[in-house]
Amino acid sequence: MTVYDRQLANGAATKEATMNKTVPVASDAPRPLVEVDDLKVHFPLRGGILGRPTGEAIKAVDGVSFTIFEGETLGLVGESGCGKSTTGRAILQLRRPTGGHVRFEGKDLVQASDDEMRAMRRHMQLIYQDPYSSLNPRMSVGDMIAEPIRVHGLRVGSVAVKDRVQELLELVGLSPDFAERFPHEFSGGQRQRVGIARALAMEPKFLVCDEPVSALDVSIQAQVINLMERLQDRLGLTYLFIAHGLAVVKHISDRIAVMYLGKVVELAKASELYTSPKHPYTRSLLSAVPIPDPKVEKSRKRIILQGDVPSPLNPPAGCRFHTRCPMAVPKCAAQEPPFVDTGSGHFAACWRSDEIQQMDVIAESKPNMLGGPHPIV
Amino acid sequence: MTNLLEVRNLTVEFRLEKGVVRAVDDVSFTLKRGETLGIVGESGSGKSVTSLAVMRLIPNPPGRIAGGEIIFDGKNLLDATEKEMRRIRGKRIAMIFQDPMSSLNPVLTIGRQITESLKLHMDMGGRAAELRATELLDLVGIPSAKKRLKEFPHEFSGGMRQRVMIAMALACNPELLIADEPTTALDVTIQAQILELIGQLQKELGTAVIMITHDLGVVAGMADRLLVMYAGRVVEDAPTEPLFADPRMPYTMGLLNSIPRLDERKGAELVPIPGLPPDLTRLGKECPFHPRCRFAVKGVCDVTVPPLRQVAEEHKAACLFNVDELKAADANRSAALMDLVP
Repeated sequence: MTVYDRQLANGAATKEATMNKTVPVASDAPRPLVEVDDLKVHFPLRGGILGRPTGEAIKAVDGVSFTIFEGETLGLVGESGCGKSTTGRAILQLRRPTGGHVRFEGKDLVQASDDEMRAMRRHMQLIYQDPYSSLNPRMSVGDMIAEPIRVHGLRVGSVAVKDRVQELLELVGLSPDFAERFPHEFSGGQRQRVGIARALAMEPKFLVCDEPVSALDVSIQAQVINLMERLQDRLGLTYLFIAHGLAVVKHISDRIAVMYLGKVVELAKASELYTSPKHPYTRSLLSAVPIPDPKVEKSRKRIILQGDVPSPLNPPAGCRFHTRCPMAVPKCAAQEPPFVDTGSGHFAACWRSDEIQQMDVIAESKPNMLGGPHPIV
Repeated sequence: MTNLLEVRNLTVEFRLEKGVVRAVDDVSFTLKRGETLGIVGESGSGKSVTSLAVMRLIPNPPGRIAGGEIIFDGKNLLDATEKEMRRIRGKRIAMIFQDPMSSLNPVLTIGRQITESLKLHMDMGGRAAELRATELLDLVGIPSAKKRLKEFPHEFSGGMRQRVMIAMALACNPELLIADEPTTALDVTIQAQILELIGQLQKELGTAVIMITHDLGVVAGMADRLLVMYAGRVVEDAPTEPLFADPRMPYTMGLLNSIPRLDERKGAELVPIPGLPPDLTRLGKECPFHPRCRFAVKGVCDVTVPPLRQVAEEHKAACLFNVDELKAADANRSAALMDLVP
């Protein structure tokens, strides 16, 4: 019996014991599980009738560094096209990075061969956004969950495999009888549970969750979020939680990294990021999220960013956000700000992060930044 | 203020292989001139079908408006001929859809698509229509409007396309604008731009707006009044503030407890609504929410359709119980739970 099995069998009863083993206690220094160092993923463009490389590339991820500690949830947020999903896939080597390093328990995955990677993947799994297209419509749910167990030889004999499948279904809150059913017989929330069960079949340590609740109805989202939190407690899992919904990410994450145009612009503890963001992009992003409370909404000030995200093909020079930033000064266009610790593990890449408190005043003084995008003709 | 739109007992049915689905079941509401009404609900709750019915755009077959009245400015739209409807659609009632890419024609320029309704409804000539189209693009904040009129939809970003859709909808100064999930496909910073734009245009032009969404946050800051829909029925109808502060229908309460808030304190656990929305083909004489409701009483909620009744001033809810009864039930339950704990 492995540690994992014991945890699974004893469930919540051994939660404390589990915590001591796998989840770092406050006094212990947290152990890094995944270290991402200057990760780059470029997609080369091809042109002409021969489809030759043009030498240009879309820099989807361009120098991203962060560490994910054992047992924590790191949230990764950003708007569409900022490279958050590509980052997740590059960590799992589903898309080989153009440059940089990804270390998992100290082992460099970028250097690993495809065979080595296949063995390593057992420890790191992906939960997909769309529970409709990520499940094979012709396989029963039981077969789908059993497949990785057989491939990796985690159980021997059909009875043991079947028992394990039922155990996993129960673990994600589905009836064990559902093993015989096919994906079309399930609702979106149930399919997402099946996807989670399939990922857990390999007894992973690390899960990349790519927008796991975005496709679900609001009343179902909370069910899946609670399930993921419970599984983490119970199995000592580490999550990279990728999503564009800031409220959901803040709820589930210990720390949050904010991406803009292929770079991480800010990384901090979830509560700190919300109460005192140090980057103008984070600040405007937070102010743009509607809060379901009319009283709060009436008194809130919104910083409305002008324009769209620039193309990752030709990102702006200097700070990538300077074209939309109300605080931008000439230095921002000329020099790229370093991603530095502004104090107690709160990282930000902005030249003016000390003056961030003045952002609201600055935004207000500029026409169109606060209240109303354009004057009405 | 007079009522611009009055929907009475609207019922819409779809004939499917597995039976007849009542997508909208006995829905009534009113909308005053210049007012913003938010319709909130999950997928399948009938919010979009309601708005399509107002435009008389329910595909028939399989759909059919089975009953009720839609009084728009004193006239029942269900009695209008198709020709009369065509004069109303786009001119007096305009609509913005969720997906701006599939609602624009990819092979026509933006200019052609905006001027079409101007020529048709406003009897404008080519030159005048083009001038007005430029003005409209300016109005919705699209830079170098004149040049962009000659461009095609694929040359615009998602947010810009949605602005084009809004410009088209506003072209003929409609009295009613129906926005069906106008920002769901957009990023938050772009969503903020579009919502701000709709709000501002409404203030300037005095257009009444029906905002359909699944996101309670979107309507919290915009709507004057809210309808909460569940399984084709209106389950709560109230001004925005009381609805959030003092919801009277267990579904609304559950919804508010199950969404994470950006300003929540750490550690607050989400309280999900258990189970799934009901299968509309199997819905009988029962409260559609009773299988998921923690207050449901056997022999009462599963045999009665709770009427949408007045529970406070301007506040209606479709629950057989009063809020104090629900609260008492909650208190009893936690007391009972406390007894179990040694």
